[in-house]
Amino acid sequence: MAGLISRGFLGRRRPAEVEDRLPPGQYLVTDFPVLSAGPTPHTPLDQWSFTIDGLVQSPVTWSWDQFQKLATQTYTVDISCVTKWTKLDTRWLGVSVDTLLEAVQVDPMGRFVMAYSDGGYTTNVPLAELVRGQAFVAYQFDDKPLEPVHGGPARLVVPHLYFWKSAKWIRGLRFIERNEPGFWESLGYHIHGDPWKEERYSGD
Amino acid sequence: MQPVLEWQAGTVTAIRPETKQTKSFTFALPKWMAHRPGQHYDVRLTAPDGYRTERSYSIASPPERVGELDLTVELIPDGEVSPYLHDVLMLGDQLELRGPIGGYFVWDVAIGGPLLLVGGGSGVVPLMAMLRHRAAQHATLPARLLCSSRTADDVIYRDELDGLARGDPAFEVFYTFTREPPAGWTGYRRRIDGAMLGEVIKPFGKRARVYVCGPTLLVEAVANALVQMELPIEQIRTERFGPTGA
Repeated sequence: MAGLISRGFLGRRRPAEVEDRLPPGQYLVTDFPVLSAGPTPHTPLDQWSFTIDGLVQSPVTWSWDQFQKLATQTYTVDISCVTKWTKLDTRWLGVSVDTLLEAVQVDPMGRFVMAYSDGGYTTNVPLAELVRGQAFVAYQFDDKPLEPVHGGPARLVVPHLYFWKSAKWIRGLRFIERNEPGFWESLGYHIHGDPWKEERYSGD
Repeated sequence: MQPVLEWQAGTVTAIRPETKQTKSFTFALPKWMAHRPGQHYDVRLTAPDGYRTERSYSIASPPERVGELDLTVELIPDGEVSPYLHDVLMLGDQLELRGPIGGYFVWDVAIGGPLLLVGGGSGVVPLMAMLRHRAAQHATLPARLLCSSRTADDVIYRDELDGLARGDPAFEVFYTFTREPPAGWTGYRRRIDGAMLGEVIKPFGKRARVYVCGPTLLVEAVANALVQMELPIEQIRTERFGPTGA
């Protein structure tokens, strides 16, 4: 339905340069809200590893120390959570998914990725939306180690999709053949999650 | 297969102040659908020039209330939507809503107990939907609510919670006041910590199914303490709001 005007509602307008960066239905925040379905995992760094497996020729695993030696980039990106907040110009340090994929040979059948995390969280992303600079595994936010509540020691960041796709506490990427739903995608949230198309919930 | 969620115009049929900062709004929905306690609805406001914004609010009412639902909304003084709902919205007004949304922070009697609910501030709202559902089902499974508020005036649903506890030997409510306990208060008067949680969860032990909702710092403290007590993590479900406080 469309066209119901809210009597007496004018809204809080932002300057056009900000307004143009807010996807439909979103509002601007300056703090950094936290949303998680369960307890925050606290994996010690000496027990942390990152793995790429599934439909790849041979899986690869990095320890924390090895992961730190991978080439990093700084990113300044806008992020949008399906719970309606958008935060502009967030600053991260991380390893591009392109860099990680240099270490494996992906089976041509492996066109989709299931990101998986400590605590059992999963989320699905098409491979085509993780490559060419579109996604990275971050371990610093604002020049400081990424806090556990925000997904530290490392989280996936896929800024062009709703932030639930940016899996906190990430431990690996699994290549799969079909686009299978992850955790939230199985619980009524959209399989893809593009904020500019307002793909919030299943069927949007 | 999930149903497609469509926007619908809800009509305001009741507005009830709960505390100085919170009001409950009852909406009659033309396409009402039974929700699961713990779920929320999205609200969409549209200005005359087409500008729109959306927010999510927890459902306070139980699914047994057919055809309508209650949303309890805390006033955020510098907010965009809650001041509109508190100060502008009137009986008979229509508002665009869609839901119910959320499939993890949900509880119903089929999931069972023992049930421990931990709420901070307006985090008690989705927990209230669970307790109202439990009462509507005349369920006898043991349940406890630990409710953290700044002062006695900030406790949402206080009379109803006390009434539920008086009438139901299987349900107990515990309050803690973090800023100013009422005169003569002999109960908890601090932020929720492991010791307090240990006392409240004691009769349930590791069988407890726990739902925690509140500000991030509270949820972190409670969830971490429960993990330390070796409660299985799949029995701990959380819903958070607000910044990290960092």
